[in-house]
Amino acid sequence: MSRAVATRANLGTRRNGWLEVLSLPLLLLLWQVLSMVFAHRLFPSPILVAEEMWRAATAGNLLVDLGKTLVRVSIAFVVAMVLGTIIGIALGRVRWADRLFSAWVVVGLNLPAIVVAIVLFIWLGLTEVALVLAVIVNKVPLVIVTMREGVRSFSADFDELGRVFRMPPLRRLRLIFVPQLVPFVLAAARTGLSLIWKIVLVFEVLGSDGGVGYRIAIMFQFFDIAGILAYSASFILVVLAFEYGVLRPLERRALRWQSVPG
Amino acid sequence: MAIGPGLNIAVDEKRFGVSEPLFKGLRFDIAPGSVVALIGPSGIGKSTLLRMIAGIDSDFAGIITVDGTPAAMAPTPGFVFQDPRLLPWLTAMNNIRAVDPRCTPKQAASALQRVGLADAAGLYPHQLSGGMQRRVALARAVAVNASLLLLDEPFVSLDRALVAEMRTLFRAVVGDGQPTVLFVSHLADDAARLADRVIVLQQRPATIVADIALPIAPRSRDEAVLADYRQMVDRH
Repeated sequence: MSRAVATRANLGTRRNGWLEVLSLPLLLLLWQVLSMVFAHRLFPSPILVAEEMWRAATAGNLLVDLGKTLVRVSIAFVVAMVLGTIIGIALGRVRWADRLFSAWVVVGLNLPAIVVAIVLFIWLGLTEVALVLAVIVNKVPLVIVTMREGVRSFSADFDELGRVFRMPPLRRLRLIFVPQLVPFVLAAARTGLSLIWKIVLVFEVLGSDGGVGYRIAIMFQFFDIAGILAYSASFILVVLAFEYGVLRPLERRALRWQSVPG
Repeated sequence: MAIGPGLNIAVDEKRFGVSEPLFKGLRFDIAPGSVVALIGPSGIGKSTLLRMIAGIDSDFAGIITVDGTPAAMAPTPGFVFQDPRLLPWLTAMNNIRAVDPRCTPKQAASALQRVGLADAAGLYPHQLSGGMQRRVALARAVAVNASLLLLDEPFVSLDRALVAEMRTLFRAVVGDGQPTVLFVSHLADDAARLADRVIVLQQRPATIVADIALPIAPRSRDEAVLADYRQMVDRH
């Protein structure tokens, strides 16, 4: 790569980096402007929401509720990812198993989340287990499908490479299969997390004794829009922290072979 | 370097499904340290035979041995595919080390040096040109087993300059020791330039229609000799 081209590429990367940094402040600015244009009690500004968030965190139950929801999300996320990955790999590799169970996966994908939750609440009562289980049942089929497609897209050529050079199974797994699966794991994690926390909130509204969703349901009864937005924003901040603090660095590290400048 | 192993190929029958057999009663030996070209039209089964010799396709009646040991139990051969087949997430050096857990960084670096890529150890495949990727693939094969090299159409889909470069490299690698080499090609020119024996396959089931010795050493062949050898191979 010539120096001019490299410089242009660096400038492009730096500009894109700045655009990404500006993205969220731009959203906040737009929100602020809109709240000033449509000045109303039910359309609070971001500053007011931030103040409410601070008050709820220091004098209210925000941190406790956030903690409860986070625990539920984390358990559901980990269990759904592990189960979905194992089943997805199995269905991707074993043709007869895929034929036998693919209809189950379709049923799972199309089962309304709310139905799963209601049925489990009836069977198991308004318990923590029922809530987390309902989230897992909703999420697992999505992870299965993503992983199954990932495994199906494995290169047969690399499979042959492993066989020709008689690589031991564990070495093949580590050096050939896992690197091919990583992009799909990251995709499933990203979509999984966004879906799970939304479902958890809905299920908390439906039946729980605490958590972000539970608190939002109470605020809804009082039309406390600033409180609702403060609780939502606080969880979005957690999700963003996970995205930029965990997923992105993990992705950069795992996929660095794709992005090394030539 | 020790002389390469001798191969004994005795395939009673090989078929895919219920179709006509690919091979039936195919028998030939390859002497230790010889460079043999397996020539024939596309679809005749050259690549399949190479995989059977490599020991990864054992679904056939008969036996293939490498120095008397059944192919699947013999030491892993140095194999070069039609494409470079490098793992894109590993550097050139790690691509070599990936397929052989015993290969040290020093040995991998030495293999890269042999193919003129001493400075490319830390580069990923997408940072290498097509020719460099092919050279890494050859270095990988040499690092795994320099005494038995099986090459599947190693010069296919390359431009003329790259073919010339790869042939030179091939001669250099073969010239470093006395490996047993079996390479598959559909071009008489490859055989005339590099092999000291040519086996020509035709028909279905594949039959040896010609087994030609090319006695003049590859390095000593001038254009007249090459033309003569090409003609000998092309005649079949």
